[in-house]
Amino acid sequence: MAASRDTPAWVDLVLLPALNLAAAFVVAGLVILVLGENPVKAMGILFYGAFGYGEAVGFTLYYATSFVFAGLAVAVAFHAGLFNIGGEGQAYLGGLGAGLVCLFLGGLPPILVVPLAMVASALFGAAWAYIPGYLQARRGSHIVITTIMFNFIAAALMTHLMVNVLIKPGQQSPESREFDPGTWMPFVHELAAKFAIAVAKSPLNLSIVLAIAVSIFVWLFLWRTRWGYALRVVGHNETAAVYGGIAPAKVIIGAMALSGALAGLVGVNEIMGVQHRLILNFTGGVGYVGIAVALMGRNHPIGIALAALLFGALYQGGTELSFDMPKLTKEVVVVIQGLVILFCGAFEGMFRPQILAMLRRRRLQAAAAAGA
Amino acid sequence: MTANGAQAPAVRPPAIELKNIDKRFGPVHANRAISLSVPAGTIHGIVGENGAGKSTLMSILYGYYQADSGEIWVDGKLTKIDDPGDAIAAGIGMVHQHFMLVDTFTVLENVVLGVEGGLLLRAGMDKARKELKRLEREYKLEVDIDAVVGDLSVGLRQRIEILKALFRGANVLILDEPTGVLTPAEADHLFRILRVLKQEGKTAILITHKLREVMAATDNVSVMRRGEIVGSVRTADTSPPQLAEMMVGRKVLLRVERRPAKPGRTVLEVDGLAVIDGHGVERVKGVSFQVRAGEVVGIAGVAGNGQSELIETIAGMRAPSGGRILLNDREISSPKSHLSPRDLRGLRLAHIPEDRLRMGLIAPFAAHDSAILGQQGRDVYNRNLMLNQGAIVTSCADNMQRYDVRPSDPKLASINFSGGNQQKIVLAREIEVDPEMLLVGQPTRGVDIGAIEFIHRRVLELRDAGKAILLVSVELDEIMGLADRILVMNEGRVVGELKSEDADENKLGLLMAGISSKAA
Repeated sequence: MAASRDTPAWVDLVLLPALNLAAAFVVAGLVILVLGENPVKAMGILFYGAFGYGEAVGFTLYYATSFVFAGLAVAVAFHAGLFNIGGEGQAYLGGLGAGLVCLFLGGLPPILVVPLAMVASALFGAAWAYIPGYLQARRGSHIVITTIMFNFIAAALMTHLMVNVLIKPGQQSPESREFDPGTWMPFVHELAAKFAIAVAKSPLNLSIVLAIAVSIFVWLFLWRTRWGYALRVVGHNETAAVYGGIAPAKVIIGAMALSGALAGLVGVNEIMGVQHRLILNFTGGVGYVGIAVALMGRNHPIGIALAALLFGALYQGGTELSFDMPKLTKEVVVVIQGLVILFCGAFEGMFRPQILAMLRRRRLQAAAAAGA
Repeated sequence: MTANGAQAPAVRPPAIELKNIDKRFGPVHANRAISLSVPAGTIHGIVGENGAGKSTLMSILYGYYQADSGEIWVDGKLTKIDDPGDAIAAGIGMVHQHFMLVDTFTVLENVVLGVEGGLLLRAGMDKARKELKRLEREYKLEVDIDAVVGDLSVGLRQRIEILKALFRGANVLILDEPTGVLTPAEADHLFRILRVLKQEGKTAILITHKLREVMAATDNVSVMRRGEIVGSVRTADTSPPQLAEMMVGRKVLLRVERRPAKPGRTVLEVDGLAVIDGHGVERVKGVSFQVRAGEVVGIAGVAGNGQSELIETIAGMRAPSGGRILLNDREISSPKSHLSPRDLRGLRLAHIPEDRLRMGLIAPFAAHDSAILGQQGRDVYNRNLMLNQGAIVTSCADNMQRYDVRPSDPKLASINFSGGNQQKIVLAREIEVDPEMLLVGQPTRGVDIGAIEFIHRRVLELRDAGKAILLVSVELDEIMGLADRILVMNEGRVVGELKSEDADENKLGLLMAGISSKAA
């Protein structure tokens, strides 16, 4: 009986998200109207600003790349029944790992140093998540609390390192020196230029390929390996896991480390791809957006990719919007993002009863027609 | 109705009359044009397999669901019941299978919860206390209304639920599988209370799948199958085999035939085992026994007397606090170290857990994913680093064929199978790896009569194939039907051992209640 009450897949996966998104934009439109701007025009600018021209698309995809890493990190932990709020700190540390390799091993050939820096970003992120994972599994400290605290510790640690240790000598602002160009993640527009393809200049770099590869890896890992199976069993039912000979503590620690490694890869996109030096606050809240992305994407890599694209578009289009319509400040753009999260996340099932009632009516009518 | 009433004014109208109740959940037709009349002052049994629509029907009567069409008449009046509030107002009370009580409150506090009668508790409480005392005496419920619920036995808690319904003015009591958690003595007490209620003019509807109880306690019985009422008869005019046949739609063997056991060497030896649970309570206190190849050893007892902890410790899920366990003369568990469930599977110990949804399956997983739980590391299910999806689905589909799992769709979520079919999925998984020692907990809890017959047959086949089987069950019929030797557990101890040919319900019941075997 439970099955029959389930929603058809197309309603769950296409219709409801579309309706939720539409509702979010209708309410956002009202807000814009109240502020004295034309909502239709504003939405037009938002959309054009995100997808309208080459540079815009590049920026949108660049943002989306970081969101994919952060979203996958949340999703992997979630499948193990863990709410990893610490993506921000893990991404921060991941950037540190990549940065340290680039700073101190930058002389090595790129073919060596780039993979090494990528591994370092994953390892640093993993280590930063391993500690809360260990505390949860072996000491019972709640993962939500510890990961939040670790975000603050990461911020403090980075400030200390940037101000006192890694700062470029003889300057005021807390930044490291620029990395050796051999350690940079190639920009897509530069790479395209080599093949004589004109692509607009943007921060979009090869990290996006890594993001796609990692998405596929996460899917294969979770649904096609026995370790992913064990992870999902622990997430759904720890007693059943024990019964099945799976040690929940080990799985929890492993899942957190993997989650942290994914978040750490944000550092590849930001530090190796764009900044090319270590700076403060390069994550800029990506780790928190990852939570919304995972939520909207139903913790599935495909959904996460789509949600990351949506948030990338909101970030990029929103920047354009506040630029073109000064009345719509950066804060209004945050309101629009908030509405999207609210409707697609928290109110996710709001329209389900109506849709189901409509489907049922249609089925009954069809049955009546068939009967008559 | 009025016509009837006019002709015979002395006769009370039926307490409940359902007319053409119809309810669909999507494509599932849960109730088909059900008409049912429950005369006032009777005990009416409703029996049927899982998914036959009993619970749906009662949920409609109690207002959890609304019927798509049809009428509900209460005491001769057409009544609209849109939510449980309407049902209570119409004098219908429900005693749920899972009690809805606050453990840290007293009986009195629990009963008045939601009907405190005003902003200040005091006045309402005093009135309630008087009323409860009266009800408690009148219906011989034997409940101390100032006791804290957490300290009370399951049987007592159920009586609080009855008290709650009566306090809210119920004339009709719906009892949903009320004896699932009771000892035979407690069940008898419940039926005595129901008879008192009946004498006082109340009406009871008893939903159950235990035919013995229907025969013992009801006046009339209606049988449901696939959303329909296939028959309503006077209990005195029917028999368990007839009811079973009506329920399943074919002849059913209520007790599977069993040849004498030919026990071989000792496979499992439990020696002075003690287990302390997570709350620091000693749940198993020095239990010793052996299970030999080719025999079924049954452990009888009221749920919660240490059986679960015992079987989980043997399965490697818990560490013992004392004693040891040997499997084929090899020590597998002692307070110092114990093998994990994974190691034990390697030693060909299989475990059918007593609670399939808490342990045996992962509810939202596809059946084929639940069907490899504990075996995800087996070579047949893996290819290099990846799971071999094709092999997993094929093996699950094969087992579904062999065990007649319906629907035989490996991709369907585990939770969407009925209890019996879920149990068959677990059974197939554990049996098909050809274990030497099989732990079986409550194999037929919430399982249909037809599937029970199948499961019992399978267990005996395994015994005859020379496997050692340890069976834990709270169903006396099951224990007596399958076990060659019966151990009775009470408060963590084995209080008696009986050969199956010497066992009867009376002896077992006394042992289960903690009265020593010598006295019995």
